[in-house]
Amino acid sequence: MASYSTNEFRNGLKIMQDNEPCVIVENEFVRPGKGQAFARAKIKYLLSGRTVERTFKSGDSVEAADVMDQDMEYLYTDGEFWHFMDPASYEQVAADAKAVGDNAKWMIEQNSCMVTLWNGNPIAITPPNQVVVEVVETDPGLKGDTSSGGSKPATVNTGAVVNVPLFVQIGEKIKVDTRTGDYVSRAKD
Amino acid sequence: MIHWQPSASIETLRQRSELLRRIREFFYLRNVLEVDTPALMDHTVTDPYMTALEVPMGKRNFYLQTSPEYAMKRLLAAGSGDIYQLSKNYRSDEIGSKHQPEFTMLEWYRVSWDHHQLMDEVFELISEITTMSARENFTYQQAYENFLSIDPFDIDDKSLKQLAESHFGKLPEDLFRDDYLTLLFAEKVEPQLGRNAIAFVYDFPASQSALAKVLEDNPNCAARFEVYCQGMELANGFWELTDPKEQRQRFIDDNNKRQQMGKSTIEIDEAFLAAIEAGLPECSGVALGVDRLLMLALNQSRIEKVLPFATQP
Repeated sequence: MASYSTNEFRNGLKIMQDNEPCVIVENEFVRPGKGQAFARAKIKYLLSGRTVERTFKSGDSVEAADVMDQDMEYLYTDGEFWHFMDPASYEQVAADAKAVGDNAKWMIEQNSCMVTLWNGNPIAITPPNQVVVEVVETDPGLKGDTSSGGSKPATVNTGAVVNVPLFVQIGEKIKVDTRTGDYVSRAKD
Repeated sequence: MIHWQPSASIETLRQRSELLRRIREFFYLRNVLEVDTPALMDHTVTDPYMTALEVPMGKRNFYLQTSPEYAMKRLLAAGSGDIYQLSKNYRSDEIGSKHQPEFTMLEWYRVSWDHHQLMDEVFELISEITTMSARENFTYQQAYENFLSIDPFDIDDKSLKQLAESHFGKLPEDLFRDDYLTLLFAEKVEPQLGRNAIAFVYDFPASQSALAKVLEDNPNCAARFEVYCQGMELANGFWELTDPKEQRQRFIDDNNKRQQMGKSTIEIDEAFLAAIEAGLPECSGVALGVDRLLMLALNQSRIEKVLPFATQP
């Protein structure tokens, strides 16, 4: 079993705690004037998303988590699972609703997503930072209002609702930031 | 792109140079002799919590010194009188915002002084460099009572463990009593010390005495002190142990603890013990982190910002 010593701790390192894969978010070395030194780490559990602080004796080792991030192409959803393919090996994985979470509303076929795999199974999906979507429903804006002031909700083809400027019309393609859900610009196609 | 640039600005390095000059001037004016003992020696400390870097040379193993203490005490025993040293020291596995495996230490010894006299001089040096003029004094017991409302000498093991776990959550199973005390002290007391002052904590538990004398009027305490500014440890000093029998016993105790912890034992430095036997004069000594002093003077929160180059984890 691979393991890490506390002196290898750095942000982003993936370790096992309570049988769950975790990522180190912050780490500080604590060396009292004399005596035992400690590593105090802030750890995020990758399945539940909760963050806790943990104290380790300096030099102790912890089990490494077999977690890796891989770019994969999103294929389709069958309603229960979201299917992704490794473009190099054509190998496919199926992510459940827990892994996809809120990002389901940014899943666009053929987009490249980052799939976080634990022991080969997807546990998290990260869509591209920006995606292009089509407006399928919104109130008609006022003609001639091209830039300033006001926004309105618009439903896009992935099911997400985005606040867009008043001039954006049904059928237009727009760029959205998936990290914030914010409208970025009109997409030129 | 390969990152080749220094981690400190050139302006900071100018101030670093200025700091070293002022430290040398401080001791020159006080008639303290500058010495430079080797960084590479054939023995190292027995401290179970310290890991020296080993350097193989031919069939022998040498060690980068974790502090110049043993060599400086051999000079004292040889009649050097008051001495100071600015040196690079090395400790394996120590990387953090205030730690680097290679760091600069100022260590000095005052013959015939006790630790209280030396604390006054440490105060003079730091206040000269940082222009801080306020001073706080706590015994170890007072510091614990003030900031954690417990008596560290009186609290039972179970309550101590509970208190630590209430602050830190789940902790490693195999901790000793002193481990809980040092962790609580480092994380919960230290950050409160010397907010706008130079804070001194003295009379540490005898179990954390290292190379300090045990107080004659209170055998639970050692004549050891630490210095803090803005919650950061700056220095650690002792009224030095001069009894060679007691000194050897502490080395043996350290090695026993190493075995208990599953660590390899360290060959005792007989040249050091022979020097103590020949007669270490009554003296007090202190080690002060120069990189940290510069961090404090320049208001930097990360050690690499005051070093030309730093080791990354």
